[in-house]
Amino acid sequence: MNIMMLLEMAASAFPTRKAFFDPTVDQDISYEELLHEARVKSQVLRESGTCRCVLLDTTNLGIPIALFSSAWAGIPYVPINYRLTFDEIDALLERVQPAFLITDSEREPRYHGRKALRVASRDEFRDSTPINANDDFHWSMEPDEVAVLLFTSGTTGIPKAAVMRQRHLCSYILGSVEFMSANEDEATLVSVPPYHIAGIGAILSSVYSGRRVIQMSQFDAEEWLQLVRDHNVTTAFVVPTMLARIVKALDGKSTAGLPNLQSIAYGGGKMPRSIVERALELFPDTEFTNAYGLTETSSTITVLGPDEHREALASKDVDVRRRLASVGTPLPGIELDIRDSDGNSLLDGSHGEVYVRGDQVSGEYEGRGSTLDSDGWFCTRDAGYIENGYLFLEGRSDDVIVRGGENLSPGEIEDVLLDHACVEDAAVVGIPSDEWGESVVAVVCLDGVVSPSELQDWVRNRMRSSRVPETIEFWEELPYNETGKLLRRVIRERLSP
Amino acid sequence: MAVLSTGQRLKSGVCTTEIMVITAPPEDLDLTCGGSPMTANGDESNAGLNPDFADGSTIGKRYVNADGKLEILCVKPGDGSLAIAGDKLKLKDSKKLPKTD
Repeated sequence: MNIMMLLEMAASAFPTRKAFFDPTVDQDISYEELLHEARVKSQVLRESGTCRCVLLDTTNLGIPIALFSSAWAGIPYVPINYRLTFDEIDALLERVQPAFLITDSEREPRYHGRKALRVASRDEFRDSTPINANDDFHWSMEPDEVAVLLFTSGTTGIPKAAVMRQRHLCSYILGSVEFMSANEDEATLVSVPPYHIAGIGAILSSVYSGRRVIQMSQFDAEEWLQLVRDHNVTTAFVVPTMLARIVKALDGKSTAGLPNLQSIAYGGGKMPRSIVERALELFPDTEFTNAYGLTETSSTITVLGPDEHREALASKDVDVRRRLASVGTPLPGIELDIRDSDGNSLLDGSHGEVYVRGDQVSGEYEGRGSTLDSDGWFCTRDAGYIENGYLFLEGRSDDVIVRGGENLSPGEIEDVLLDHACVEDAAVVGIPSDEWGESVVAVVCLDGVVSPSELQDWVRNRMRSSRVPETIEFWEELPYNETGKLLRRVIRERLSP
Repeated sequence: MAVLSTGQRLKSGVCTTEIMVITAPPEDLDLTCGGSPMTANGDESNAGLNPDFADGSTIGKRYVNADGKLEILCVKPGDGSLAIAGDKLKLKDSKKLPKTD
């Protein structure tokens, strides 16, 4: 198995179809051109003698070429977060060199002369050719070969390098995407960065389905709406902060006026229900899909589909309506289990930790090996429960607040706070308390006037008293990382100096 | 007859069909296309395309045997039918899924 095989199939079935388009330089690349580039660059990578291909750059046409040529060359592709500080990047480079480093022309000089790096600017990489071309050189079909090393976002500590082997990525695509299922006039707008698992998933699933990718290198809500309009975009994936900004950019409008946009998938973090409901109004012709997945599971493992969104919105049944807050049901080939802290399986409806099993689940970190248990189950460290087959998430299990022996889910309390008309954003964390072990503190961003005691009453009227925040602070904004993950660690640090 | 392994690529000897093994049971299997054995190099068979096994194969489709233990992916289409020991493989039903990324 090799992701190159997916590209080879696409290039043989629809060679001249446009695969990727970069609006910033007004350039595109077809499937046969991408296959050709992957062949040429795989030989460049091999001749370099390096054992990783590191990408430190924003989205551009070189990204799919780097991903596929690495697979052809048989070396892991390692996209790194370009928003990190130079020191943070150096620390990651240390862990993956000797490497072929592709970066933007501004950064390139900085890495020149380093012994363990062969550096090429984005343009140099695009122009490179092997010294001795060898067209007999084929990619390996060994399923255990490492395709991608992806650093997790490190919201809780030092980033871990998740290992994705060829079989994980191929299983994900073969299990969730129908070959050639897109029409030639379909286009998807990809605004997630290349170092995010959804960015990798988008490249692979678009290639296999034959859907043209419109690349967006820097997310901006106004520009996103413009790109959708200008390029007849039919599908898009967004993380919660992106959808929140899109909704805000359409403030005062009754609809977005984008009837060609057939579907929006969202995921990558907790999506406030108010944003989804507003988005459904603004995009009346668009189908919404909620996707839940992790880097360690090769992207999506559960899906709440368009029909389920509509059904939930229209239903009078409280349980069906609540599904709008769930991440849906598992993909074919994926099994879920909810377990307690000792690893025992729990009954439906019980709150615990989410475990997942399936061919696309890697659960492996470089230097640490596989974290799957002997039966192949991976512990996501996400807290949640399953109700009638639907998975509901309650945040990271490390974030669960243990107050006086009772487990409290911050997400539940945040949802109640967010329902208040004056609350724009809210985060709930536990801070050390002599009396309770941990006590509940809420940090709230306001859009209106309300006092802490009024908000405490609001929660008290809707939840058990143990859930009422002992303290409520008002902040201008909450700390998020660039892909929309709430940084609870930062909040806790600011609250307990 | 051979034990097939995940990721293995095989070619037809009588048409252009090529497949990749997704999952296979740990036992000897007689995988044919167009009535002749499939091999790593697509060694040409003198038998020619057997008209009883000439329904064709479709690129991107997954095929399974009767007990579902063998699953293969057609990566290049051709005129022959895929079969195990004379039993034609069936198209795997795929549930239409919403696009997620």
